[in-house]
Amino acid sequence: MQEPAVLCRAVAKTYDTGETQVPALRGVDLEVHPGELLMLVGPSGCGKTTLISIIAGILDQDAGSCRVFGRDFLHMNTREKLEYRARNIGFVFQAFNLLPPLTALENVAVPLIINGAARRTALGRAQEILERVGLGERSRSLPAQLSGGQQQRVAIARALVHNPRLVVCDEPTSSLDHETGHKVMELMREIAMAHDRSLVIVTHDPRIFAFADRIARMDDGHIDSVTTNGVP
Amino acid sequence: MYRIALQMLMGDRGKYFGIVMGLTFASLIMTQQPAIFLGLMARSYSFISDLPLPDVWVMDEKVQFVDDIKPLQDTELYRVRGVAGVDWAMPLYKGLLKARLANGMFQTCIVVGLDDATLTGGPALMLEGRLEDLRRSDGVIVDTDGAREKLAKPPATPGGKPVPLKVGDTLELNDHRAVVVGIAKVTRTFQSQPVVYTTYSRATRFAPRERKLLSFVLVKAQPGVAPQELTRRIRQATGLAAYTREQFQKITIDYFLKNTGIPINFGISVTLGFIVGAAIAGQTFYNFTQENLRHFGVLKAMGASNGTLLKMILLQAAVVGSIGYGLGVGLTSVFGYAMRHSILAFKFPWQLLLFSGAGITLICMFAALLSIVKVIRLEPAIVFKS
Ligand SMILES: Nc1ncnc2c1ncn2[C@@H]1O[C@H](COP(=O)(O)OP(=O)(O)O)[C@@H](O)[C@H]1O
Ligand SMILES: [Mg+2]
Repeated sequence: MQEPAVLCRAVAKTYDTGETQVPALRGVDLEVHPGELLMLVGPSGCGKTTLISIIAGILDQDAGSCRVFGRDFLHMNTREKLEYRARNIGFVFQAFNLLPPLTALENVAVPLIINGAARRTALGRAQEILERVGLGERSRSLPAQLSGGQQQRVAIARALVHNPRLVVCDEPTSSLDHETGHKVMELMREIAMAHDRSLVIVTHDPRIFAFADRIARMDDGHIDSVTTNGVP
Repeated sequence: MYRIALQMLMGDRGKYFGIVMGLTFASLIMTQQPAIFLGLMARSYSFISDLPLPDVWVMDEKVQFVDDIKPLQDTELYRVRGVAGVDWAMPLYKGLLKARLANGMFQTCIVVGLDDATLTGGPALMLEGRLEDLRRSDGVIVDTDGAREKLAKPPATPGGKPVPLKVGDTLELNDHRAVVVGIAKVTRTFQSQPVVYTTYSRATRFAPRERKLLSFVLVKAQPGVAPQELTRRIRQATGLAAYTREQFQKITIDYFLKNTGIPINFGISVTLGFIVGAAIAGQTFYNFTQENLRHFGVLKAMGASNGTLLKMILLQAAVVGSIGYGLGVGLTSVFGYAMRHSILAFKFPWQLLLFSGAGITLICMFAALLSIVKVIRLEPAIVFKS
C-alpha cells in the first residue's frame, strides 16, 4: 500500500492562555491518502482549525505524531520546516488573505517567489494558472476590484501555483454564497486533484459534502468517524 | 520579496505619507535648528574670521571673548613689535560708540579703528569707495547692512521706506562729525550692530577719553615662525594674552556656549524634533506593520523566513527614512537659501548632514525594531483565525 500523505497518531494540543488551559485536540488519529479530497467537518470549536494548522506545519502539537509525506515537522529545524512548507503545502483561507496592494497575478506568484523563483518565471507560471481558474483576463486587477468568488479563485491559483503535494483549506466557501461556493468546489476538484495531490478541506457547509472522497467528523477534539462518501 | 515589501508600503497611502511626513519633520528640525545655531555661533567670532591677515591676536589677559574689550596702553604695541619672530604688529581699536541719527535717535555702533599708516584689518569687501578713502578727513566706512537698516535716514515721505546711508552723508559719532567715504560688506555679528571703520587715531578721538584705548594688537608672524610658537614668545615677553586666530575664535565660541542659554535652547529644539519625529514615524510605522500582521503571517505560513521578513521591514524603514531625510534636508536648504539676505543666521556644513542623518537612522531603526520584534514573534497559525 502507498504511504499516506498525512498520518496523525494520538495528536494532542492544549492552548495555554495563561489563566486557563483549553484542550483543543485530545488524541486525534487520521490518515489522508494521496490523491484524495478529505473533508474535516464538525461543530464550531471542535478543533478543526487546530488540526489542519498542525498538519500544515504552522502549529506544533504537544503530543503524538503527525507525519506529512513521511516526515514529522517536530523533527525539523525552523529552516527545514519553512522550506518544507514552501515546497509542499498550499493554503486556502476563509478570508482569502490576498495582499491588497498586489495584483491578482502578483498574488498568485508569491509562493514561487518565496521558493526563490525569478519574478519573470513566477509571473509567467502565475498567468497560466490564473487562466486555468478562469481569471486570465483579470490578472491585472487588485483584490479589491474582484468579487468574493473571484478572490477565492485567485487564492486557489496561489495555493496551486507551486505544485504542492498537499493543500489545506479552512472554510473556503464560508464567505461565499451557495452558488459561488459550489463553483469554487467544482474548480477545486477539477484542477486541484491532479498529480496525486491531496486536499484537506475544513468546512461546516453540508451542501459541499458531496465533493469529498471521505469525510472525517470531529467533535470535542476527537475524530468520531470517517466515512467514504456515498457509503454510509 | 523586496518589491512586495515596497508595494505593501506604498499600498497604504495614508500611512505612507504619515511616516514620511513625521520623518521629514524630524529631519527638518534636526537640520535647520542646528544650522541656525551654527550660524549664530559663527557670528560670535565673525569679527575675528573676517580678518584673515593677522596670525596672532594680542590682548589683555582677562579678555574672555572678542567683544570683551579690556584696553591696553598704547606702549604695549611697541613691546609686541620687539618680540622676535614678529613680522609686523598693528594696533586695532574696537569699541561701542553711540551714533546720533538724523531723527535724533541714538544707535550703538561697533567702531573699528585701523592702523593709520597701513589700514590693516579693514573690511575685505568694499561695495562703494576704497579703503584708502579713510585718509580723508573725518572719513568712516559703514557696513552695508547697517547703512540700509539701523543707520538709515528717515523716509523722505512719511510712511515711505527709510533711505540708506550713502557715501557723502555725515553722521555724529559720540558728538564728533564723521563723513561716510565708503560702504563695505561685513559678516553680521552676534548683536547685528552697525560696523563703522575708521583710522586708529580718529577712532580714539571719537571714543570717550580714557587712559587706555588699544583693544588688540594684530600680529603677523615672520615666514617660518609658527603662530603657535609666536603666541608663546609674546606671552613670555609681554605678559599679555596672545592667541592664534583659531584659538581666539574657539575661546569666543566657548564663552558663548558656556555663558548663554543658546546651546540649551537649540538642544531642546533638536531633542523635541527628534522625539516628536520618532513618535510620529515610529507610531505610524508600527501601526502599519500591525495592520499588515496578517499578511506577514500569510507569508510566514507560505514559507517566508523571519530573515526575509526582517529584511522587508528594514527596506521599508530605509525607504521612508531616505525620503523623509531627503525632504527634510531639502526643505532646510530651501529655507537657508530663502533667508540668505535676511538677518537670520544660517550655516550648513556637511557635518550637519551626518548629524541629522544619524538622527533619522536612529528613528528608523527604532521604528523598524518595534515592528520586527512583533513580526518575528508572530505565530503563522494566526492565518486561519478570522
Ligand atoms: N490561540 C488560541 N488560544 C486559546 N484557545 C484557542 C486558540 N485557538 C483555538 N482555541 C480554542 O481551541 C478550541 C478549538 O479551536 P479551533 O481549532 O479553532 O476549532 P474550529 O476550527 O473547529 O472551530 C476552541 O475551544 C478554541 O476556543
Ligand atoms: Mg475554525
